[in-house]
Amino acid sequence: MSDTAISVSAFQAHGAEEHHHDADHKPAFFARWFMSTNHKDIGTLYLIFAIIAGIIGGAVSGLMRAELADPGVQYLPYWANALSHFVGQGDVSANGATHMWNVLITAHGLIMVFFMVMPAMIGGFGNWFVPIMIGAPDMAFPRMNNVSFWLLVPSFLLLLGSGFVSGGAGLGAGNGWVLYAPLSTYGSPGPAVDMAILSLHLAGASSILGAINFITTIFNMRAPGMTIHKMPLFVWSVLVTAFLLLLALPVLAAAITMLLTDRHFGTAFYDPAGGGDPILYQHLFWFFGHPEVYIMILPGFGMISQIVSTFSKKPVFGYLGMAYAMVAIGVVGFIVWAHHMFTSGLNENVKIYFTAATMVIAVPTGIKIFSWIATMWGGSLSFEVPMVWALGFIFMFTVGGVTGVVLANGGIDQYMHDTYYVVAHFHYVLSLGAVFSLFAGFYYWFPKMSGRMLNPLLGHIHFWVFFVGVNILFLPMHFLGLQGMPRRVPDYTDAYTYWNHIESVYGYTIMAAGMVFFFVNVIYSLIAGPKAPANPWGEGATTLEWTLPSPPPYHQFETLPKID
Amino acid sequence: MIERKIAAIIAAFILAVSPAAINAETNTAAPIAANAAAPAPTAAPAAMPAAPASLKPTDGIGQPVARYIGLQPQVTENGRFAAWMHDWLLLPLITAISLFVLGLLFLVMVRFRRAANPVPSKNSHNTLIEVIWTLVPALILMVVFVPSLKLLLAQYAKVPANALTIKVTGNQWYWSYKYPDNGDFEIVSNMLSDEQAKAAGEPRLLGVDNRLLVPVNTPIKIITTSADVIHSFVVPAFWTKMDAVPGRLNETSFKADQVGVYYGQCSALCGARHAYMPIAVEVVPQATFDQWVLAHGGKLKGAAAPVATAAAAPVATLAKN
Repeated sequence: MSDTAISVSAFQAHGAEEHHHDADHKPAFFARWFMSTNHKDIGTLYLIFAIIAGIIGGAVSGLMRAELADPGVQYLPYWANALSHFVGQGDVSANGATHMWNVLITAHGLIMVFFMVMPAMIGGFGNWFVPIMIGAPDMAFPRMNNVSFWLLVPSFLLLLGSGFVSGGAGLGAGNGWVLYAPLSTYGSPGPAVDMAILSLHLAGASSILGAINFITTIFNMRAPGMTIHKMPLFVWSVLVTAFLLLLALPVLAAAITMLLTDRHFGTAFYDPAGGGDPILYQHLFWFFGHPEVYIMILPGFGMISQIVSTFSKKPVFGYLGMAYAMVAIGVVGFIVWAHHMFTSGLNENVKIYFTAATMVIAVPTGIKIFSWIATMWGGSLSFEVPMVWALGFIFMFTVGGVTGVVLANGGIDQYMHDTYYVVAHFHYVLSLGAVFSLFAGFYYWFPKMSGRMLNPLLGHIHFWVFFVGVNILFLPMHFLGLQGMPRRVPDYTDAYTYWNHIESVYGYTIMAAGMVFFFVNVIYSLIAGPKAPANPWGEGATTLEWTLPSPPPYHQFETLPKID
Repeated sequence: MIERKIAAIIAAFILAVSPAAINAETNTAAPIAANAAAPAPTAAPAAMPAAPASLKPTDGIGQPVARYIGLQPQVTENGRFAAWMHDWLLLPLITAISLFVLGLLFLVMVRFRRAANPVPSKNSHNTLIEVIWTLVPALILMVVFVPSLKLLLAQYAKVPANALTIKVTGNQWYWSYKYPDNGDFEIVSNMLSDEQAKAAGEPRLLGVDNRLLVPVNTPIKIITTSADVIHSFVVPAFWTKMDAVPGRLNETSFKADQVGVYYGQCSALCGARHAYMPIAVEVVPQATFDQWVLAHGGKLKGAAAPVATAAAAPVATLAKN
């Protein structure tokens, strides 16, 4: 019996005799950051992880833009040789050099999707603010939350490590982020692709656990009075996103597991020589892949809704329409996947269906755009840094969205598919959409998370320089695509030089210069920024996080708030 | 040249992995050896009639134009319809929507800025406006869907019986073309090296040693497949793009109505030399085409016993590399 009594107290955070009634008591460094069960600390870890991954992914795109600045292959042989010498091998062949290009595009895509946008939006801001916004003390499964984060670290290391082992023609996995079979099966011998696949398995497991945690938390841990229809829209967006993750990622796991068995165990799921079909992989991948693009933007929608409402001093216009528009986008997002496969040889009726279904998504998306504008209509707008990013988001996401309407037409996509037009489209919705919403959220919540105010002047400079840079970088990609330039090429015919050169030399450079202001601002503010009040944004900020001090106590809401 | 310097500095700065990257500025020639492992082109036996002289490409037709921002000029009926739909329906529509949203944003930013409107309204619902901004976009999309459907139906229209069938096989990293209606002879098409392209007056990375020849004003049925990984057969000027998938025979068609040379590039990531397997289609008068067929040991269509079409042929041999 006494054993039982001991073991109960052993599972407490600290012994009863030294029990603190201080909500801000924190564990020691290692226990706090490596064995964390605190949603805010785990959120911080996710944000740090996402920033590191973003720097790496952004540097990779810098390499790509440098190579694309002029026609011909300029730098790839040197990079490939440097990498090869680093692992103790000799000079690479010409194919090894261009394989390096495929490794760069693969790494850029996977890093930005799985290790930057998703961890920042869902792991970072989701973890930090979903429990607080619904008035909960923490996530439903705090230890599982920790597992979610720490699965991501080995996952990222596996992906980075894959660059140092053979992937067929050279070092690293060079299949594009979609890992299409059979290039990723018998087309790429060597362990690099296996490491990339296992990396995705771990990242997927991490996301599935996170999704279960968010769904359970949001359904069961809302404070008294916080009904589903009173939840802030950011919570709604994370809820819808969590369902998308839960339903889509197992399909990816299955698809890439079959890649592994095709590669090593003699199965032929995707190999026509054994009765399989490469198109099966594309269907499975995009059944995951299309919801995935909404996974990357829906939490951004949620953040923009909070920010627009705060700085307009008005509640969100058409709250229910906004919430259910996200649900509609989530549901319809599952039945449009084959628009990524319009040139794979689909049947006529299938193509007509997927054209029509894809167009339907424009309707709930339009509802969101117009509702944000209507939220501002009649409001009292102040143009603080987060609001400026949110306004930039609304316009840039609209531009990215309307080119999506062009691409939705199966007959038109026959020209655009796999050209730079598609690259322009998805960078407008992600690099200018999702990333703008991330910066908006970061500027909005940084005072809450850190207890320090960011410098507004540096924030505004960051916005304008970045805004100009990314537009010079990505707008001309539409022109290249309309002129027929294919994606995923390290070299191009001389007629494509003009816009490529401008994108690299001006667009990328200006964008990167903008990021300098961001990092200087964050470092300066963390060290010497003015102390943030509980609510720096005034009466428009009505969600629960602004009722807590900045930063919030280590354990908030020991007495649950009541919402009326 | 300061731009080039900036680019080199950035590259070196960002990477800092390879000190050699700094020297790369001086290296203007592409260090990639072209077509190292490519098979030899098919040579015509001496006894056959001479092949017709190949056409020179026309600037601005069938290939990209520097600084241009629009679609490539179309030389097929479906292509012209699709380009019309893009240029006169979709592009104006998306421009108008973007400007409309931008205009609304500017309007609220000016009219409802804190200085102009210190007391916010409390209004957060208006059923009528919500119904309008749901229905109007839906109606616009329905309008767009009409030509979209028309285009899809046209692209899938049954190919006429007099169509010429060509079987296109993607290989790592070249194309091979078979003419089953003309005695099933095969053309292997490899990219020209930079020097060869320059000597031949061909655009770099687009010129090939053996072009795909098709007669003008004749419906062409293209059957694509692959010998290894997925490739994609593309001719922008025909609005044609069809993936070449191992184990599958995909069908598409076009009818070019202008003589000329039209270039495209493989558009499905297919490995290390994905950027180096262009497609060059030469559209020629029927008489020239016939002469070319005979020069390659083929038969004129209908001259001999009917040949089995590619569609009825067995699935392509699958090479596991």
